[in-house]
Amino acid sequence: MNDKVTLMKGNEALAVAAIRYGADGYFGYPITPQSEVLEKLEEEMPWETTGMVVLQAESEVAAINMVYAGASCGKTVLTSTSSPGFSLMQEGMSYMAASEVPALVINVMRGGPGLGTIHPSQADYFQAVKGGGHGDYRLITLAPASVQEMVDFVALGWDLAFKYRAVSMILADGVIGQMMEKVVLPEQRPRHTEEWIRENCPWAVNGRKGMRPKNIITSLELDDDKMEENNHRFQATYREIEKNEQRCELINTDDCDYLIVAFGSMARISQKAMELAAEEGIKVGIARPITLWPFPVDAIRKAAEGVKGILSVELSAGQLIEDIKLATECRYPVDIFHRLGGNVPAPDEILNALKEKLIKKLG
Amino acid sequence: MELNDIIRPENRVYKRPSLLNDAHMHYCPGCSHGVVHKLVAEVIEEMGLQEVAIGVSPVGCAVFAYNYIDIDWLEAAHGRAPAMATATKRLMPDKLVFTYQGDGDLSAIGTAETIHAANRGENIVIIFINNAIYGMTGGQMAPTTLLGQKTATCPYGRRADLNGYPLAISNLLAQLDGTCYVTRQTVYSPAAVRKTKAALKKAFQNSMDGKGCSVVEVVSTCNTGWKLTPVKANEWLQENMFAKYPLGDLKNE
Amino acid sequence: MKEEIVIAGFGGQGVLSMGKILAYSGLMEDKEVTWMPSYGPEQRGGTANVTVIVSDERISSPILNMYDTAVVLNQQSLDKFEKMVKPGGVLIYDSYGIKTAPARSDINVYRIDAMEATFELNNSKAYNMVVLGALLKIDPMVTIDNVLAGLKKTLPERHWHLLPMNEAALRRGMELA
Repeated sequence: MNDKVTLMKGNEALAVAAIRYGADGYFGYPITPQSEVLEKLEEEMPWETTGMVVLQAESEVAAINMVYAGASCGKTVLTSTSSPGFSLMQEGMSYMAASEVPALVINVMRGGPGLGTIHPSQADYFQAVKGGGHGDYRLITLAPASVQEMVDFVALGWDLAFKYRAVSMILADGVIGQMMEKVVLPEQRPRHTEEWIRENCPWAVNGRKGMRPKNIITSLELDDDKMEENNHRFQATYREIEKNEQRCELINTDDCDYLIVAFGSMARISQKAMELAAEEGIKVGIARPITLWPFPVDAIRKAAEGVKGILSVELSAGQLIEDIKLATECRYPVDIFHRLGGNVPAPDEILNALKEKLIKKLG
Repeated sequence: MELNDIIRPENRVYKRPSLLNDAHMHYCPGCSHGVVHKLVAEVIEEMGLQEVAIGVSPVGCAVFAYNYIDIDWLEAAHGRAPAMATATKRLMPDKLVFTYQGDGDLSAIGTAETIHAANRGENIVIIFINNAIYGMTGGQMAPTTLLGQKTATCPYGRRADLNGYPLAISNLLAQLDGTCYVTRQTVYSPAAVRKTKAALKKAFQNSMDGKGCSVVEVVSTCNTGWKLTPVKANEWLQENMFAKYPLGDLKNE
Repeated sequence: MKEEIVIAGFGGQGVLSMGKILAYSGLMEDKEVTWMPSYGPEQRGGTANVTVIVSDERISSPILNMYDTAVVLNQQSLDKFEKMVKPGGVLIYDSYGIKTAPARSDINVYRIDAMEATFELNNSKAYNMVVLGALLKIDPMVTIDNVLAGLKKTLPERHWHLLPMNEAALRRGMELA
């Protein structure tokens, strides 16, 4: 076992991955079930080693606006929160989208609505993939299904955010945040230098060095025609992301009678259900969207070819299923199995649902 | 001396600061913002900070401050300027970072961000324009509106039983361990303008020296919102505002 | 190999950390591991359980409905998890405070008197290590050496003086099974 392999909670892995990526700053507010992110960062004291800033803000509202500022300065910044805090951050996310600044936002979802529970949920799916705040915008939404992916998607999220000048988000749930798994940590990368930022982010607000023309980061444009033009530019970026960045894992989909579509922890539990089904001679495949937005339309369509039916397995009351129906243009029977409010199904519940909802009806 | 001699550069004793550009300001004639903008531009230039200055503009009348002063700017969501300034300064400690906020932005919707940035001792400058009214949205009541003062949302005058009391937030900020300099100035007269300029200079120097959070409140006029002529507004300011918002340093460490 | 284990008891009995040490030991043997706690607002008291999976292969679900091995340390956990042991699987329970003993005959039931043994050791904090020792005697899925190495990795250096006490507790537990 080498030094880079370790056992870690998903939330802790996020913190370590951020340091290793060369993050410049984390700004956040404690909320269960993701407080370990901030706790781990404070414990690691990265300001002593890489120079990374870590700050416990006075609220999620302040935290997201700190991230907005850091992103506007071309810095590599992130925040993490859970569902109620994510709602508070929506305004800031909308401003960041309008300002076209790159940032990473992590939501380790818990059961809602309202204060709800502290247990796992995926009920912020719509909020994540349809924009979430006011105005027309999208967030690149990555759904990790393992602690290793918590690590890997920190890097992927920032790479994509800087590539497209967009906000990336990691949409995890309490299962992935709280569980420990084996992870392989990446090498420590150096933080971006001021020279790198000046060269690669010429739009960044970092002072008029050499009296270069001034930079302004604003989401305000009162001229309707110019604001429409801005919107067209945002949309063109989103189309580009949809074209290039769809990601999906397909498991046993080449020869299956039934397809389960599920992401994050639900994809893991569904995989066990698939194993149980195989023992009974039922051929199940799994399509696991890795990017929830852009939704992996092409992969899901391919996986659905020739199946008798599709089951959406989600910790929400019919959110993922809408995108499955849109992707497959309602050409296959699609039903849903879900648990709500913080409850998580065991593998046999999923298998039973598959039998009840699809196999019994469709044969 | 002939006119042509007088306007020669070497004879000039006063000019527009080079960082204050030619853009047509949207402020009402008589408004204090123009004067404070000029001072900010002047002080940055005199201190040689034009290459490191970053301003954070608010939501309110000064939202377009970034169009007038030629430094780098962030435009904050309503009330969040101190949070943005916090991150900016922490991520780039060698920069001069200041917010420019009105009374609604700073002492209503942004109270939490203001108090916590000040209390953490962020090495930023908060410039606070207090004209006791919401200017941009059309003259509604602010937390700083005086008792008896008429606004669009207290048309018969502010009443303590209905609307609570005027908030002297700088006094509150002066009590926090994180602030090093809290001062209340005004710009209704040339002498007052000079004092405000000195206060800004001191505050900016504190930011560069990492001494903590500096707050410069400028008790200002909003003649449009107050429905007075600029001259009458200056008189009203002296007669009414200073009783609740007395001038001078509240803290100077 | 693949071992799907649940450890359940009262909060404060060291259920979660016992699972963690087990998972670490698996990691030391280059196996795939997952550790999934039941998490809640209670820091002490209440019930706590953790699912640990140690496998040579990539692990699918961290949450299970049937287990190869259940280690139960109170009546509530026994009532809940006895029926979730796979036929032919292992149920280990501490007799302390148990009123209704397990009834299934299609599984291998082991009664251990870990609480009693811990009283004898005069160290209530070593309880979970006694239980772990018993578990590993019954089902040697990882070696004691790797458990001790894993323990060293999970403990901050200032607590390393506790390692010999933990080893003694582990060995005492092995004698119980």
